Amino acid sequence: KSNQKVIQKHSLISPTSKGDKILLHFINQSGVKITTSVTEGASLLEVVINKNLDISGFGACEGTLACSTCHLIFDENVYKNLEPIADEELDMLDLAYGLTKTSRLGCQVCVQKWMDGMTVRVPRDVKDLRNVKESAENQ
Amino acid sequence: MNMRSLRAVKPLERFLSARCVGTRAHGVRKLSSTSGSYPLVCIVGGGPAGFYTAQHLLKSHPDIHVDIYERLPIPFGLVRFGVAPDHPEVKNVINTFTQTAQHKHCCFFGNVNIGRDVSVKELQEAYHAVVLSYGAEANRRLGIPGEDLLGVYSAKDFVGWYNGVPCNKDLQPDLSSDTAVILGQGNVALDVARMLLSPLDILKKTDVTQPSLEALAASHVHKVLIVGRRGPLQMACTIKELREMVNLPGTKPDMVTAEFEGIAEALKELPRPRKRLTELLLKAAQGSAGSAQATRQWGFRFLRSPVEIRPSSDVTRTAGIRLAVNRLEGSGENAQAVPTGEVEDLQCGLVINSIGYRSLPIDATVPFDPHKAVIPNTVGRVEQVAGLYCSGWVKRGPTGVIATTMNDSFDTARALLQDIEAGLLKLSTKKLGSKAIVTLLEKRGVNSVSFLEWEKINAEEVKRGGRAGKPREKLLDVEEMIKIAKT
Repeated sequence: KSNQKVIQKHSLISPTSKGDKILLHFINQSGVKITTSVTEGASLLEVVINKNLDISGFGACEGTLACSTCHLIFDENVYKNLEPIADEELDMLDLAYGLTKTSRLGCQVCVQKWMDGMTVRVPRDVKDLRNVKESAENQ
Repeated sequence: MNMRSLRAVKPLERFLSARCVGTRAHGVRKLSSTSGSYPLVCIVGGGPAGFYTAQHLLKSHPDIHVDIYERLPIPFGLVRFGVAPDHPEVKNVINTFTQTAQHKHCCFFGNVNIGRDVSVKELQEAYHAVVLSYGAEANRRLGIPGEDLLGVYSAKDFVGWYNGVPCNKDLQPDLSSDTAVILGQGNVALDVARMLLSPLDILKKTDVTQPSLEALAASHVHKVLIVGRRGPLQMACTIKELREMVNLPGTKPDMVTAEFEGIAEALKELPRPRKRLTELLLKAAQGSAGSAQATRQWGFRFLRSPVEIRPSSDVTRTAGIRLAVNRLEGSGENAQAVPTGEVEDLQCGLVINSIGYRSLPIDATVPFDPHKAVIPNTVGRVEQVAGLYCSGWVKRGPTGVIATTMNDSFDTARALLQDIEAGLLKLSTKKLGSKAIVTLLEKRGVNSVSFLEWEKINAEEVKRGGRAGKPREKLLDVEEMIKIAKT
């Protein structure tokens, strides 16, 4: 599974590594902007969890591509520079509420230096709608 | 990085959080949960809805106390009993629920049957607010002749059987025939198909129960047909589950090409999720998946509704199913199935009804809509009953995944918190909370199980599973669970 590759990569990164600090802004489901400073390498899900950011119900499956609650919306210029999306991520992302053309799952996007200063958003009223009928009703 | 390690609760914290009022059964007699000033809420049902509602309440209000009552001695509901054994990642939410249960203002009471041991009215007298999150314990019936023949099971019972629901342990499903027909094409139907056809090498490393594993090892089922009323474009399952079928080792798809006429042409109009799902389905239908040597087959059959399950000549078991052939009126998600008058017979010895779960009324005093089988409510506030709320399947109907229920539960919690803020819950009224309920339980001879005691059951299951190379070996007997809890 591709997410296992991601997780293994992180175990090589020491938590006390002296990487450059990268500034990230998260806008939560209530529209509140949360700013945090991180080092390179962690996934955005790990950032939200480790920093205990106030985003409700984020990462229910703990980064194993079994839900879409870490759905994040990126700016276009960031989105197009992200690593390509695998089928497995797309399978879960397709079920996320409020899907946009610049959406990704936070557990599959790792912080890199060039992301310094970027803003990511959580959709208002995050939902993970795997029932097709429900998705249709909401569309 | 192991996400779970980020949330490990230190032993000392856990001890300090066991501040539940109680009898010796709870081990720790600390603060009473009677109130003068803080809201006392109880939740009926210890599954995802109950836990997510509790979680949101506890996070949002510094003084709120939440008690969770669960009928079984053990928590987690469908996360434990519904999610398929080969989907362990989906069960990771148990970690966040465990944290909630260990919160100093949260108390879990297992083995308490609300509606039988204690009434909802008694809960309302003891708490400022009551949230009903007890889910859907029944199933929709087919309503056709032969439904009660040997060899016909609801998906609820079949899933309950392989997942260790105590009341399903004696199901003994008849797996002696070659062909199984599953009615319904949602994710539960695909879970059942996968469990029937998965190689044992995969299943034996999961938390599927040992008796079920042995029964599946002896199963003769080699072909599984998953039947839906409507067409390929209305199929209710999602792509992850379909992909798992397509990639299932030792199997190959068996579909009817004619049922896919016109589907490829419709692709370009479809929204991306439905388009990708349909593309994968077409690929499977064209026979370019699975290996030619595979001995096990699975396939969808569309535009078919069950009209009768046919018995064997000695009338003791299922021998086949008669299906009405449909056509579609309209298109897209709202297309309707209309019978053509034609019928088709399929031979099979196993029929699984996977057309939906169904909630039941808990108590004569709680409003219930028997047609929709939900509690009438507005954003989780039960209609016409102040201080009563609902979340999860009993509120919305039995569809969606854990995360759908999560958001739904947050909505109910928000409504309850709004009502607290608006002064609608009469917090000045002194309530006795669990103190009152525990007194009633003791009088009535009910032995509740605490969260710490569940952890003893949990440890025993993990230990037994470890011996067999499984994540856990589930206990199947309520009496045994209680015995281990109380040692």
